[in-house]
Amino acid sequence: MRITGRWLHGESISGEVLRLDEPLSFWGGLDPSTGEIIDQAHPQAGASMAGAVVAMPGSRGSSGTPGVLGEALRTGAGPAALIVTKADINLVAGAMVAESLYGVDCPVLLVDGETFSSLTTGTRVEHAGPGSLVD
Amino acid sequence: MTGIEIDDLDRERLAGTRGKAEQLAMRMLVAAAETSGATEFVPIEFAHIGSCHYTGRLALDYAEFLLAEGATLAVPTHTNASLIDIHQPAMRPEAATPEAVRGAARLMEIYEALGCTAMWSCAPYHEARTRPTVGTQIVGSESNAVSFFNSVLGARTNKYGDLLDVCAAIIGKVPLAGLHTDEGRLATHELRLELTDAELADSSLPHLLGIIMGRAVGTAVPVLTGLPSATEDELKAIAAAAATSGAVEMFHVVGVTPEAPTFADATGGRTVEWVTVVDRKALAEARTLLTTTDSERIDSVCLGTPHFSIDEFGALRSALDGRHVHDAVRLVVTTSRAIAHELGLRGWRAELEELGVEIVLDTCTYYPPQPSGVGGTVMTNSAKWAYYAPGMLPIDVVFGGLQACADAAVTGQVGGPA
Repeated sequence: MRITGRWLHGESISGEVLRLDEPLSFWGGLDPSTGEIIDQAHPQAGASMAGAVVAMPGSRGSSGTPGVLGEALRTGAGPAALIVTKADINLVAGAMVAESLYGVDCPVLLVDGETFSSLTTGTRVEHAGPGSLVD
Repeated sequence: MTGIEIDDLDRERLAGTRGKAEQLAMRMLVAAAETSGATEFVPIEFAHIGSCHYTGRLALDYAEFLLAEGATLAVPTHTNASLIDIHQPAMRPEAATPEAVRGAARLMEIYEALGCTAMWSCAPYHEARTRPTVGTQIVGSESNAVSFFNSVLGARTNKYGDLLDVCAAIIGKVPLAGLHTDEGRLATHELRLELTDAELADSSLPHLLGIIMGRAVGTAVPVLTGLPSATEDELKAIAAAAATSGAVEMFHVVGVTPEAPTFADATGGRTVEWVTVVDRKALAEARTLLTTTDSERIDSVCLGTPHFSIDEFGALRSALDGRHVHDAVRLVVTTSRAIAHELGLRGWRAELEELGVEIVLDTCTYYPPQPSGVGGTVMTNSAKWAYYAPGMLPIDVVFGGLQACADAAVTGQVGGPA
């Protein structure tokens, strides 16, 4: 499977997909010391983002999302990359500050809804040229 | 590669000749512009920022970086609520969570040193200096304040998360996109109230409408029809709840909010994509979501999410009607320094404290670490508190109107004898 999208941050992805079915508020929804999703109302509650390519519709809720994403990246419990369907400036902000302060890389790729629905948890994705991924 | 128009000053910033703080701030704004597809920036009048709220070590490292690099603020910048009330350290004792409490105190120092006004409130719109007029371009971060600024005051902001909001304050402008534009503010969804006069008069109605709105429309801009009137505090309750259960950053109420004198004004004359009917059943469902126990014994009552206004304190005085809070119950109200000052001038603060009401500034009671004295079964009149707290604190919650909360604080029982 080859997918394409637009890089919002970074330009390379490699890893196994964790798919989130609904948007997540990182503040109050993610434990940045473990990477665990702690929002009990979220369909993927209990799953860990640590090291995963997290495919998600975007963030929601509190304005603390960038700080908590960045904090998870700082502790090493953050995602390896994010694939989103919403052009989410707050996720990009968290990834950029973590890169700037600690040199941690967390690329963010924007894809369309059809591409998103083809991604399932456990799919391996690798970078294959600008904006492309292959299974 | 960038589609955003930048000027010579911006180029200097990106090149780093004006220091590392401005360089990072400008890079982040350019990335935000590219992400949102904006082609130009728009200047802002002021910013209300959440970067000063401690979310972990990164928030502190980032602030220390800005301070060390000599960052300056281009516009008046006001602080959202903190994790702690520095005047009442017992609320969140340092011994219990030293890293978070020390980190929060240091963050408060840094943002004040950077030149922010020490507002420390999630309800900035209660104060004249942060009550923009219709059409003013600003930066908001706190979700309820973003919605209030847009919906109730007609100012223009997207929801800028922490880290990014202070970049906008440093540079003094934001990408012209989303709710900063005319087009982005038009309603695409209708929330149609089909309720009886008795249901419309329920003091919890605005909170329940907000919960229903957030769940129904997610991130869209809705227009509410069939609500004949609403006070500013009622609109505040809708804004807070809809930004909690969903990501609503703006809503219209026909005949009430400034950009919706008519339905056609709210939608730009277009047909809405879909309609959600709000009836008795929808209200009952929303109410069920906000209560986690059928316990009748109450240990604490938490009010002031978002920070209580002077009118809400007036309503609390009436609801208590001179009765003292029960010995086994804590009644905690969170508010801002400015409202507390006004309370003092009116003589209400001493009077309320005499009745056993605890007034806490600068922070809120629903987020961890758990405030001392807030535990067990907690009653609140705030849908935002009721929706968030059970996931963040080891407590149960009961949602009810302000009068029911006051009665529970006095008797220790839900619906108990007054």
